[in-house]
Amino acid sequence: MDYEILRLIWWALLGILLIGFAVMDGFDFGTGILLPFVARSDIERRVVINSVGPTWEGNQVWLILGGGAIFAAWPPLYAAAFSGFYLAMFLLLAALILRPVGFKFRSKFQSTGMRTFWDWALFVGGLVPALIFGVAFGNLFVGVPYGFDSDLRFHEEITLFSLLNPFALLAGLVSVAMHVLHGATWVSFKAEGKPGARARAVIPWAALVFFVLFTVAGYWVLQLKGYQITGAINHDGPSNPTLKTVTQVAGGWFANYKALPILWLAPLVAYLGAFLAVVLRGKPLLAWISSALVPVGTIATAGLSLFPFFLPSTSHPAQSLTVWDASSSKLTLEIMLGCVIIFLPIVLIYTAWVYRIMRGQVKAETILSDSNANY
Amino acid sequence: MDIVDLSRLQFAVTALYHFLFVPLTLGLAVLLGIMETVYVMTGRTIWRDLTKFWGTLFGINFVMGVATGITMEFQFGTNWAYYSHYVGDVFGAPLAIEGLMAFFLEATFVGIFFFGWNRMSKVGHLVITWGLALGTNLSALWILIANGWMQYPVGSRFNADTMRMEVSNFAEVLLNPVAQAKFVHTVSSGYVIGSVFVLAISAFYLLRGRHVELAKRSMTVAAGFGLAASLSVVVLGDESGYTAGQNQKMKIAAIEAEWNTQPAPASFTLIGIPDMKSHTTKYEVKIPYALGLIATRSVDEEVPGINNLVDVAKIRIKSGMIAYDALAKIKTDRKNTTLRQTLDTHVDDLGYAFLLKRFRPDVQNATQQQIDAAAASTVPDVPVLFWSFRFMVGLGFYFILLFAVAFWLSAKRKLTTYRWFLQAAFWTLPLPWIAAELGWIVAEYGRQPWIIEGVLPTALAVSGTAAANVLFSLLGFIVFYSTLLVADIYLLVKYIKLGPDKTLGHNVEENLVAAE
Repeated sequence: MDYEILRLIWWALLGILLIGFAVMDGFDFGTGILLPFVARSDIERRVVINSVGPTWEGNQVWLILGGGAIFAAWPPLYAAAFSGFYLAMFLLLAALILRPVGFKFRSKFQSTGMRTFWDWALFVGGLVPALIFGVAFGNLFVGVPYGFDSDLRFHEEITLFSLLNPFALLAGLVSVAMHVLHGATWVSFKAEGKPGARARAVIPWAALVFFVLFTVAGYWVLQLKGYQITGAINHDGPSNPTLKTVTQVAGGWFANYKALPILWLAPLVAYLGAFLAVVLRGKPLLAWISSALVPVGTIATAGLSLFPFFLPSTSHPAQSLTVWDASSSKLTLEIMLGCVIIFLPIVLIYTAWVYRIMRGQVKAETILSDSNANY
Repeated sequence: MDIVDLSRLQFAVTALYHFLFVPLTLGLAVLLGIMETVYVMTGRTIWRDLTKFWGTLFGINFVMGVATGITMEFQFGTNWAYYSHYVGDVFGAPLAIEGLMAFFLEATFVGIFFFGWNRMSKVGHLVITWGLALGTNLSALWILIANGWMQYPVGSRFNADTMRMEVSNFAEVLLNPVAQAKFVHTVSSGYVIGSVFVLAISAFYLLRGRHVELAKRSMTVAAGFGLAASLSVVVLGDESGYTAGQNQKMKIAAIEAEWNTQPAPASFTLIGIPDMKSHTTKYEVKIPYALGLIATRSVDEEVPGINNLVDVAKIRIKSGMIAYDALAKIKTDRKNTTLRQTLDTHVDDLGYAFLLKRFRPDVQNATQQQIDAAAASTVPDVPVLFWSFRFMVGLGFYFILLFAVAFWLSAKRKLTTYRWFLQAAFWTLPLPWIAAELGWIVAEYGRQPWIIEGVLPTALAVSGTAAANVLFSLLGFIVFYSTLLVADIYLLVKYIKLGPDKTLGHNVEENLVAAE
């Protein structure tokens, strides 16, 4: 297979893994954010927590796999993004460590104070990742200051404060709204009684906020400078981001949409998902499937707009990491593609099987009858 | 401290912390599989209760392993960005495959292990439990393939156009003998930890006269499994020693504090006081022939000493400087084939030239004195390795003895007869963790100054982020992790004290009596 095709496939796979993460882990985050608000008594909170209890651990692997796939398939991007966003990554990690522990430990403590503490830990564990992932995506459009020396050693002048620029914060809020919506449809589907009903009431509001913020973000991107590679592009060239030239054009992030109007389907899917989640909120499973379309459409919208760029550099635009110069070797991409083709379907099959085994609503009686096994 | 020291400290702290939980997960997962298999085969409910009770403790531990594992994956990127760039093409693949093939399996099945008892058939649940055990072990396999490559970087070559190592033969990376030896050694040590955990807590119950039936059965399983595992740790630890002897001669020499090459077969220094300054070991007690046998499995091969290996390093540094010079010129003259041939001839020593960076940035122009200093820097901290190794091995032999006694007592049905044995079993609880952590110190601290043996020095592998950031995150981890450890131990102790009856909500042993 061509190096060029392999790089394209791995660009698409990265998108698929990020979407898998946002769809599968996304409703867990949303559920965490909603926890203190849709569930008030202790047993209500346990119902909400147990609605993701048996499956959050598997869902979280989408994140681990996403990280691993970037490491294996796009090592320069992994090095740049993780070290460049150092403090943001640390905050993300702290939240992601708090969350698993919160699920497991919360109901094993007897005191109300401890349980309330862990409930808020789960809230933070849902909110912070949702926000940071959005902020990170926002910064891909704005660009960050970085470059490489002749040994391809990455250097940057990124600060946590500079990452929190207005556009990135807006993108962060888009992400939070998306996760709240997806979590609300899940709790509405899975949790019996009042928490489910309260979550259902959140759906229209979350959808509306997403709708507005996503639209504003799109309009804002139109004002930003987009990046384009100039001159001949070597699609099969070595993964060395210092060998090309790049220009910046106002509204350039829409160039792909202008060239290929069918790409407008991506934002349309996001809008449609939010719309259907509201319309179908009386049919919880369909509403959840609809809200899953929101991350699909949103991430696709961003990825298609940025292509072939991953992480634009504001200080050394020509050294911005792109699909054509930030990949692993051809052999590694081939081997990894083989692994994905074999194992991803197996993962999907047993994940579906586990969801089937755990089907049905979570009820307060079930939790109380087997307090040890449940969270 | 500079960014290199801070990053190393943070990685060491978070990795050693992560490895408090991982081996217990590895060992307990298999023990749960064994216990549940007995339940499915005999149909006696006490074995189901056993599985559930130890499963509760497993769950508290498992979640800590998962939570702290994310840190490990992130840190390569956040703190070791040049490492990620330089070897991501090779090292990233096993990590990604680990997620896809192993971690997905264990993380998806672990939920059903706890929540699925009443939702599926006995055999169905047993499949889940063994799937969970398989997943954890496969996880270890892929992580150790990645780690084995850091010790012995096979199946890869340097690419001047991308300034990094790339895979040339993936099968060699997979079948790396170092990785295979490390995998079995590490997993066996996990089985020992799991077995000691069950043995010690069961001994605690027997000492108090509580849950006697459950504790005796648990102890029997732990004794058999632990004996096999502790034998395997030592035998395969020896295999690890042999493979290291072939590939990491400096590490072996440092562990043995062998300053100068001895005539074959080398003797083994049992104890002594190694001194880094004078390159001598005081008060040595030696066993003739033993080192030669362990490291070379022969009586006529030499085991090279530290000083002799430093001389080899000097030669390799000089050869590396030629490679470095050619590489620097290639960057401005990419099509020059003569330069590329020169680089190819000396590329295996390129990493040795990088050792000079600490002493002089324009490596090509290093003086003999700087070369000597760089060669001397290839010697790891001998006393730390010497003692870590001896404590680890001593503990390893002690575990064999402990499990052999436990096995014998359980065969004679005398587990409850000797209080001294139960007390010994109980107080053994922290020891296998100490042994396992010392094992990592030998393996990774003994690899210094390399992050990838012979390819990339640790000092070059760090990120360009500000040292203040790393200091902040290091302090953050220490505070955060300490708090979590308190909560974790609190819950483990709480559930151990509650015991199976209160944990499971029914009298486990009454059910047993009723059944018989």
